[in-house]
Amino acid sequence: MDFNTFLIQLLNGVQYGLLLFLVSSGLTLVFGIMGIINVAHGSFYMIGAYLAWSLAGVTGSFWTALPLAIVMSVLIGLLLEWLVVRWLYNRDLLYQVLCTYGLILVFEEVRSVLWGDDVRSLPVPELLNRSIPLTDTLSYPVYRLGISVVCLAVALGLYFVIQKTRLGMTIRAGASNRDMVQSLGINIQLVYRVVFAAGITLAAFAGMIAAPVSAVAPGMGNHVLIICFVVVVIGGLGSVKGALIASLLIGLVDTFGKVLHLEVGGLKLLPELSSMTVYVLMAVILLWRPEGLFGKKL
Amino acid sequence: MIEPVLRTEALTRHFGGLTAVNAVSIEVRMGEVHAVIGPNGAGKSTLTNLLSGDLPPSSGRVLLRGEDITGLPAHSISQRGVGRSYQKTNIFLPFSVFENCRLAAQSRLPTCMRFLRPAGNYAEVNRAAEAALSAAGLQSRAGVQAMALSHGEQRQLEIAMTLATRPSVLLLDEPLAGMGAEESASMVALLRQLREGHAILLIEHDMDAVFSLADTLTVMVNGNVLESGTPEQIRASPAVQEAYLGSEEVLHE
Amino acid sequence: MNATRNDAYTGIAVLATVVLALALVPLLAEKFYVQFFAKILIMGIFAMSLDLLLGYTGLVSFGHAAFYGTAGYALALVTPQYQAASFWTSFPLAIAASGLMALLIGFFVVRMHGIYFIMVTLAFAQMLFFLFYDTKIGGGNDGIYIDVRPVAKIGDWQPFNLDNFAHVYYLVLVLFVAVYLLLRVVLASPFGRVLAGIKANEHRMKSLGYATFRYKLVCFVLAGATAGVAGYLAAVQFGVVNPEMMGWHLSGAVMMMVILGGMGTLRGPILGAAVWMLLELWFQDLTKHWHLLMGGFIVLTSLLLPNGLLGLIAGLRRRAGGRHD
Repeated sequence: MDFNTFLIQLLNGVQYGLLLFLVSSGLTLVFGIMGIINVAHGSFYMIGAYLAWSLAGVTGSFWTALPLAIVMSVLIGLLLEWLVVRWLYNRDLLYQVLCTYGLILVFEEVRSVLWGDDVRSLPVPELLNRSIPLTDTLSYPVYRLGISVVCLAVALGLYFVIQKTRLGMTIRAGASNRDMVQSLGINIQLVYRVVFAAGITLAAFAGMIAAPVSAVAPGMGNHVLIICFVVVVIGGLGSVKGALIASLLIGLVDTFGKVLHLEVGGLKLLPELSSMTVYVLMAVILLWRPEGLFGKKL
Repeated sequence: MIEPVLRTEALTRHFGGLTAVNAVSIEVRMGEVHAVIGPNGAGKSTLTNLLSGDLPPSSGRVLLRGEDITGLPAHSISQRGVGRSYQKTNIFLPFSVFENCRLAAQSRLPTCMRFLRPAGNYAEVNRAAEAALSAAGLQSRAGVQAMALSHGEQRQLEIAMTLATRPSVLLLDEPLAGMGAEESASMVALLRQLREGHAILLIEHDMDAVFSLADTLTVMVNGNVLESGTPEQIRASPAVQEAYLGSEEVLHE
Repeated sequence: MNATRNDAYTGIAVLATVVLALALVPLLAEKFYVQFFAKILIMGIFAMSLDLLLGYTGLVSFGHAAFYGTAGYALALVTPQYQAASFWTSFPLAIAASGLMALLIGFFVVRMHGIYFIMVTLAFAQMLFFLFYDTKIGGGNDGIYIDVRPVAKIGDWQPFNLDNFAHVYYLVLVLFVAVYLLLRVVLASPFGRVLAGIKANEHRMKSLGYATFRYKLVCFVLAGATAGVAGYLAAVQFGVVNPEMMGWHLSGAVMMMVILGGMGTLRGPILGAAVWMLLELWFQDLTKHWHLLMGGFIVLTSLLLPNGLLGLIAGLRRRAGGRHD
């Protein structure tokens, strides 16, 4: 592999990893704060992408579509929490999994009804549709760099809000002692509703900004969800650092796995089995550290 | 001097910056009740967890009949004849009282990877369960669901389950916790009976019970052994009085 | 003592009646319904196998379809092209394959708990899915056709012919009853009681001397092998295997069947499987977008019926008849 290809794949891998990190953050935010596992989290990645695509089609502009889509995601999140999710607090994990799995089916069909089953594409917005030179022979799309930057910015912003602001403190307090926070006069129900909406909007936002560079397709949400699970398993439950490193690892392994050629004893492993690389990585890490890279020792 | 059945050497456990148990060396002998007392937070429960295998130590050793069992998992230690009862009642709530003990006794089968014979058909297991229930005074409640028992009865079941595994070493973590006067008296009588044939490590706050049962007393404060000796020595020790006995410690609930 | 003996007799009577009724189906119904009933029974076996994990041991596996699919693919892969495999070799082989797969995956996942366990079982099942979806091993995403169904010859004698849909049905019925009885026996055995103990309080089990990891792993393998029975029969019934047999939609569906019927009862999942299949049929008839109805049903059931239909029935009985205890 020549250096240019290597650099491109490296940047692509990092970009994909950061997108995963954004989506995973939403998942662990909801699980960590509210104790709810939402397997329909991936569906919001899909919803975000489809919203962006259809709104861009309607308004003619990606930049108008984006904020509109974000607002809609937040609203959907608030509504969903009020309708369904709030009945899941303190329920056994099993029922949370099942209930939100049912939601996946609902969302899939709604998407099918509204936007059909075809694979769509969303063009890269004009403003960012250029490349910047990295070396004298290589340039890289600005939009992709933009994705990485935005993901990092959002992640940092999230960290700042959670750790350094009063709202964040309220949220964290609500995570460890719901009743106490309630008796202090804070509407914990509202806090949870907001946190949930924020969590799924993170996933939706990731889907929106990813849309121009990946296909807007029916199965995208489910696929992302499962990869998020792998992120959490590899990174270790409850570790943000772990999630970041795991996301980057997965992003890189997955990206390079698709372009490398690896043959062992006549068996063609890469790129034929590229879709398995992430899971093999997970298995290897679990052999070495069953609790994940930064998880608490089991 | 009889060799101790259970012995620790400088057993230590850290939790991050906190040292819960610091270089504790104690001995428990067969036919003896060794009570460990101390204020809350002294590290007594942690010590018990280290001995039973619920927690691995940070450093130090645990020796059972001369064998180094340091760091072994709880089930291995149990299989070596160490029985543990918990301060916070740790029973099988959905099962009947009898089934709780039966399942405990079943653990002593050479193997439980038996798939075809009904579990109730193992006579020795049933007998051991019945014996444990009788010893703990619960035989009349055998068919009752554990969840429906009173708190005191649940504590009795807690002990019965431990006894059903026929251990030679007993690690008892506050067996009298939450018991009324009558129940406490029965439990103390039971413990006195158990002294023969067992080596007992007893964590307790009930001073009357402790002083009437214990052959040896160890006082722990802040993870360290303050003093160790006979009940008379401990009662007379000024250091212990200052640290623990003279203060407002709870004697009975 | 009398009460339990009466219960046992009632239980056997009910079982015998049900089996008898089921045995009459091919004599009374046309092909479509016979095959549909066979499908229900196959799903019943699959659901029972998951109940072993979920209901009796408390292991929430979200990747159970992996073992169902493994058995199906095992049959497809040992069937020579345009020829039949032998039932007597392919069936044990398929079960062994699922069991072995469960051992391999179980080794990784069984030491995990809670949400972690759910995630990692799903991930491993996905890995397997992609292995068959993306490679030529299993014919890619189209799957493999089993052109000729397995043959059950012993010497010159052929006890049953799997090209005959009624024979397939009876084979399924026999295996269904066999699996049910076997699981009942296992659950009443010392091993089964250990599983129940693990579900009730795993920590206490360990302190009582049980190496719980080993028991959970054996349970995982047993459940996997039993799921393999269902997978093999499905492959025989449909004549085709595809990666969806390992897909997480199937894992989700079987989980739903267990909860719907009432987990931890063995009978509940069977009921759940039947109701699920019937609902699926009905919903598919109503609209092209039947997933919407299915999804909505799942959401409502998980919120409103935590003890499943059996729990609902038991609750109604209690209220109707007054408390009998």
